[in-house]
Amino acid sequence: MIEASDLTVERGGKTILESYTLNLERARILAVLGANGVGKTTLINTLIGVIKPKSGQLSIAGPVGFVPQLFEVPFSYSAFDIALMGRARHLGLFGAPGRKDYEIVRHYFHLLGIEPLEQQTFNSLSGGQRQLVMIAQALASECELLVLDEPCAALDYKNQDKVLGLLEHLRDKHGMTIVFSTHMPQHAVEIASDALLMLSGTDYVCGPTTDALSAENLSALYDLPIARADFEGLSKHTYAPVFRHDGGRFDG
Amino acid sequence: MPSSSAKAAAGETTEIRSRARLGSGFVLPALICLLVAVTLYSVTIGRYDLSVADVAYILIDNVHPLVTPYWDPVQEIVVEQVRVPRILAAIVIGFGLSMSGAALQGLFRNPLVDPGIIGVTSGAGFGGTLAILLGLQGYLLLTMAFLFGIGSVFLVKLLSTVRGRTSMLTLVLAGVVISAFFSAAISIAKLLADPFQKLPAITYWLMGSIASSNYLDVLLVAAAVVPSAIAIYLLRFQINILSLGEEKARALGAKVLLVQWIVLVASALISAGVVATSGIIGWVGLVIPHVARALVGADHQRLLPVSGVLGAIYLLLVDNLARTVTTAEIPLGIITALIGVPVFAVILRRLHAKGGWSGD
Repeated sequence: MIEASDLTVERGGKTILESYTLNLERARILAVLGANGVGKTTLINTLIGVIKPKSGQLSIAGPVGFVPQLFEVPFSYSAFDIALMGRARHLGLFGAPGRKDYEIVRHYFHLLGIEPLEQQTFNSLSGGQRQLVMIAQALASECELLVLDEPCAALDYKNQDKVLGLLEHLRDKHGMTIVFSTHMPQHAVEIASDALLMLSGTDYVCGPTTDALSAENLSALYDLPIARADFEGLSKHTYAPVFRHDGGRFDG
Repeated sequence: MPSSSAKAAAGETTEIRSRARLGSGFVLPALICLLVAVTLYSVTIGRYDLSVADVAYILIDNVHPLVTPYWDPVQEIVVEQVRVPRILAAIVIGFGLSMSGAALQGLFRNPLVDPGIIGVTSGAGFGGTLAILLGLQGYLLLTMAFLFGIGSVFLVKLLSTVRGRTSMLTLVLAGVVISAFFSAAISIAKLLADPFQKLPAITYWLMGSIASSNYLDVLLVAAAVVPSAIAIYLLRFQINILSLGEEKARALGAKVLLVQWIVLVASALISAGVVATSGIIGWVGLVIPHVARALVGADHQRLLPVSGVLGAIYLLLVDNLARTVTTAEIPLGIITALIGVPVFAVILRRLHAKGGWSGD
C-alpha cells in the first residue's frame, strides 16, 4: 500500500526527514511514535500529499483519507455538512453533492453509530464525537489508506477504546490500511501490526510491532527509561515510562 | 463496503434530514417574494407619489397598453428613466457585494472579511479616481477599477501568505495596510485634480451613490456582477471545502489555488463594477452574509444565493432611505458604513468571546 524509499522531506528550507524507507502492505495498521517535534506531522503530511518530498520515491496504491487532530471550523456547519465534504474528490470543480453522495455519508454515519449527530453543529460536539465525524468524512471519500494524526490525543479512556476498536474493525472487516500517530505505546501494542519509531530526522526503527516495540527502543525514543508492564491475570502488556523525579536539575 | 446497510440507514434518516432542510428551503423563495414586493414599493416612493397600480400600468404600457394613459408624461419619465434604473442598480450591487462577501468569508475562513476589508474596494477606488483624472469613462473606467482591484488583492494575498499558509489576522492587517496606501494615493490624485470640475466629481463619486444611475450604468455593473456571481455559485461546494483550511482542503483533493483565484478575480470584478458605476459602497458584503448564515446555516450551497437576495433587499431599502429621509440625497455609502461599522464591532466582540483569533 505504501512504498517509500530514501525519502527526504524539507519544510521551510530545513530538512526534517532524511532517507526514510518504509513499506506497508494492505490491511495493516502502522503506529508512528516519536518525541514532539521529531517530524511525525511532517511525515503524515507527506503521506497525504500536502507536502511533496524533496527526493526519494513515494508511491501509495490507492486514495488516501486524512483525519486531522483536534479539528475546528470557523463556521457553524452541521456534522453532516462536514462529512459530506469528504466527497470532494468525486465531484469535480463545479460539482455539488447529489443523492448518491448523501446516501454514502449516511451509510458511514450508520456504520459509526453517530446518526443522532447528523444535524448538530460540528463545533458543539465533544472531542470524541468530532473525531468520529472526521473519520466518517475520510471514509466518505472512499479512501483505501486512512491516515490519522494523534486520533486519541484529546480523548478520555472510553473514547480511546472506541476509536481504537473502530480502527481495528475497519482493518479486519473492510480491509483498510491505517497509519496513525500516537504518544502512547499501548495504542500500538493493542492494534498496530507495524510500528515506526522516529528517533530523529535520520534515525528510525521500523518493523512488526512485536519486534520494533521493545523497552530498549522506546527508552531511546523518549530519552527516558521505559519499562514493559504485564497486566496481572491478563495475557496483555504495555510499555510505560519510569519517571525519574530528579527535580534537582531545575535548581541553578 | 456493504451497501445494504446504507439503504436501511438512509431510510431511517431521510425523514429527519428532509424536515431539517425544509425550514431553510423556504427561506430563498420567501426572500425572492419579499424582493419583488420591496422593488414594486420602491418605485412608488419619492417626490412624485404613485400607487403600485400606477407603477404597474406605466410599466406594462411599454409592452401592451392595458388602459389609456391617464398619467402625466413626467410621471412616466420619473418611473422609467429615474427610479427603475436606480432600483435595478441597487439590486444588482447589493446582490453582487453580498455574494462576494459570503464567498470571501468562506475562502479565508474569516467572518470579518469583505471586499472592502481585503483592499479590493480602495484599490478599485483608486483605479476609478485615476480614470476620472485622466478623463476616462464607461468601460475604460471599469477596466481601470478592475485592474487596480485585482492588483490590490494580489498584494494583500502576497503580504499575508507565509510559506503557503494564509493567516486570518495577517490577512485583515494586510488589507488595512493596502487600503491605507490606496487612500493616500486617492488623496494625491485629488490634490492633482482640477478643483472646479474633476475634484467635486471624484469626491461625490467616491462617497458611493446610485442617484444618477441610467440604464448604461445598470448594464455595466450587471456585466461585471452576473458572470462573477455565476462563477462563485458554481464553486459553492469547493468554497465549503476551502473553509476547512488550506491543508485540509488539499488533503481532500481540492484545487486550492485555482478556487482561490477564481473567487478572488470574481470578487475583484464585482467590486470594480460597483466602484466604476457607483463609487465606494462598503460593509454590505460584511454584514449580509452573517444575517444569511443565521437564516440558513453555513453551507455555501444555500448561503450564497440567500446572501445575494438578502443583499439586494438590504441595499434597496438603504437606497430608499437615502432618497427619502431628507430633501437632499444622502450618499448611499455613508448609510451602509453607518450601519456596517457597529455590526462589525458586535461580530468582533462575539468572535473574541469565542476565542476566534486563536485559530489561523
